[in-house]
Amino acid sequence: MQVTVNGKPQTLSGGLSLLKLLSEKGLDKKRVVVELNLEIVPQEKMENTLIKEGDSIEIVSFVTGG
Amino acid sequence: MNEFEKALLKYFSPEDLKKIQTAKVGIAGLGGLGSNCANSLVRCGVKNLVLVDFDKVEASNLNRQFYFLDQLGKNKVSALKETLLKINPGLNITGHCLRLEKDNILSVFEDCLAVVEAFDQAEYKSLIVQTLLPTGKFIVSASGLAGHGKSDEIKIRRIKNNLVLVGDLKSEASSNLPPLAPRVNIAAAKQADAVLEYILQL
Repeated sequence: MQVTVNGKPQTLSGGLSLLKLLSEKGLDKKRVVVELNLEIVPQEKMENTLIKEGDSIEIVSFVTGG
Repeated sequence: MNEFEKALLKYFSPEDLKKIQTAKVGIAGLGGLGSNCANSLVRCGVKNLVLVDFDKVEASNLNRQFYFLDQLGKNKVSALKETLLKINPGLNITGHCLRLEKDNILSVFEDCLAVVEAFDQAEYKSLIVQTLLPTGKFIVSASGLAGHGKSDEIKIRRIKNNLVLVGDLKSEASSNLPPLAPRVNIAAAKQADAVLEYILQL
């Protein structure tokens, strides 16, 4: 299926959860902010949120240091 | 207006200074980012601040944080407040010596126009940003500032209308890549500049 991740078109396999997408990208759900079609998805809902055709996903990830 | 504030009129129009002086800015975390960002903001005339940190000043902070040897052991909120008041005695500072968590972030920053995310840990950065983003407040976060060199890679990225992210997004602090004054200050100064830009365009 075709989706947009951080503004870029990407092809993903169907039935993928947000959590799975994050782990495929090597990201920890506790260190990111994810928006699905402009709505923030809370950490605890990432596993059960399935990505659908046409979705727009924005992932902001953080590293430690301050 | 005290002498410091009057002198700011050399740099800002009365209208702009009024905007700066009436804005309330929150700073979440008073380490290398937060303490230096607060310094820049106060020097630009920001008067209303909400400062939050649960920590005390330690000797290992002094390589990059805006504290001094005679402040070791003090809580960072009191230590920073003390120093900032030396710049402008007319500041209105609300200090919270507490750990920010999911259930208190909204109330602590309730009346702030803008919030600077200045934590150390990535998990807390994410928590602050995702909790405050839906409120529409202007948020300036930072990620990727450890080490030295390539400081032009510390960029300002506008992620959303109300979210700006400063940093190179990759330089994570570790024992091999320590947080050092130059890059931390660059990131903190860019955070302050993003807040100032936001206030002045209102």
